[in-house]
Amino acid sequence: MSAFRVEVRVMPRATLLDPQGQAIEHALQTLGFSDVGAVRMGKHLVLEVKANTRDEAAARARAMCDRLLANPVTEDYQVAVESA
Amino acid sequence: MRRVAVVVFPGSNCDTDTVAAARLGGSDAYFVWHKSTDLQRADVVILPGGFSYGDYLRSGAIARFSPVMAAVAAHARAGGPVLGICNGFQILCEAGLLPGGLMRNAGRKFLSRPVRVRVEATDTPFTHLYERGEELTIPIAHGDGRYVADRALVQELEAEGRVVLRHVDDNPNGSTAGIAGVTNAARNVVGIMPHPERRNARPLGGEDGARFFLSMEAPHATQPAGAVRAADDRHLRV
Repeated sequence: MSAFRVEVRVMPRATLLDPQGQAIEHALQTLGFSDVGAVRMGKHLVLEVKANTRDEAAARARAMCDRLLANPVTEDYQVAVESA
Repeated sequence: MRRVAVVVFPGSNCDTDTVAAARLGGSDAYFVWHKSTDLQRADVVILPGGFSYGDYLRSGAIARFSPVMAAVAAHARAGGPVLGICNGFQILCEAGLLPGGLMRNAGRKFLSRPVRVRVEATDTPFTHLYERGEELTIPIAHGDGRYVADRALVQELEAEGRVVLRHVDDNPNGSTAGIAGVTNAARNVVGIMPHPERRNARPLGGEDGARFFLSMEAPHATQPAGAVRAADDRHLRV
């Protein structure tokens, strides 16, 4: 069994208003970054998961997302196993 | 006299006001620490407002796994009345005891001010002393008060008369369909964003919130929901 570094990305569902993303986009444009658009803000979590295989680590991380890390009503998530 | 358990999470800050409001309404109200698994023979459970666990991760996301929540869910499943106010509403949504979710206010600001809401469901244990369609002034105090529900859920809530409170005049947080409070299908679990415990006596600026607590004491309050359920689209005032 080894420890896998798992990165979890949680984003507000694409169809839902993201007021934080809008505020950041507005601030960037105010700073002169007129080329920016469609800014959205989510969360990035880094976990260390003990597992036998990469797949097992990913499955455990998905279970954590379903249970706690993401809200199935308002958010989507992606799991990436980075390294052993 | 109903026994009313007000659950205290780390970061709850409306618990004392809520116990006081329930006592003023005639209830035997008391605190239950979130690590307790015993609701002490509660007739009614209230999850109060505040910032449980500092709103870390998401508002209510961590509190919903507090030891007390298994007892709250069992109480709800048995038909016992549960009221979630503000953070309590967020916790009930996270726990799946109420549908939908609550996200950051559309205007980003934390809002703390009285708002106008309309009572749209009076067949719940907490609203049956109101008239259907009655408009109230009750304060809100939230950063994450935007009620989010997909189209199918909104249709279901509207068709079943499960929107309990709706914003009128304006929609301060951008909630779907202006929803400020909902109930579950069995109508025993209610979640609302406004704080009735902050507007339950004249020295607080008005008494519009008082009947949430007086309703708990009325004879029908803990009757199975079916008995007070409206028929033929007519909501009965009991």
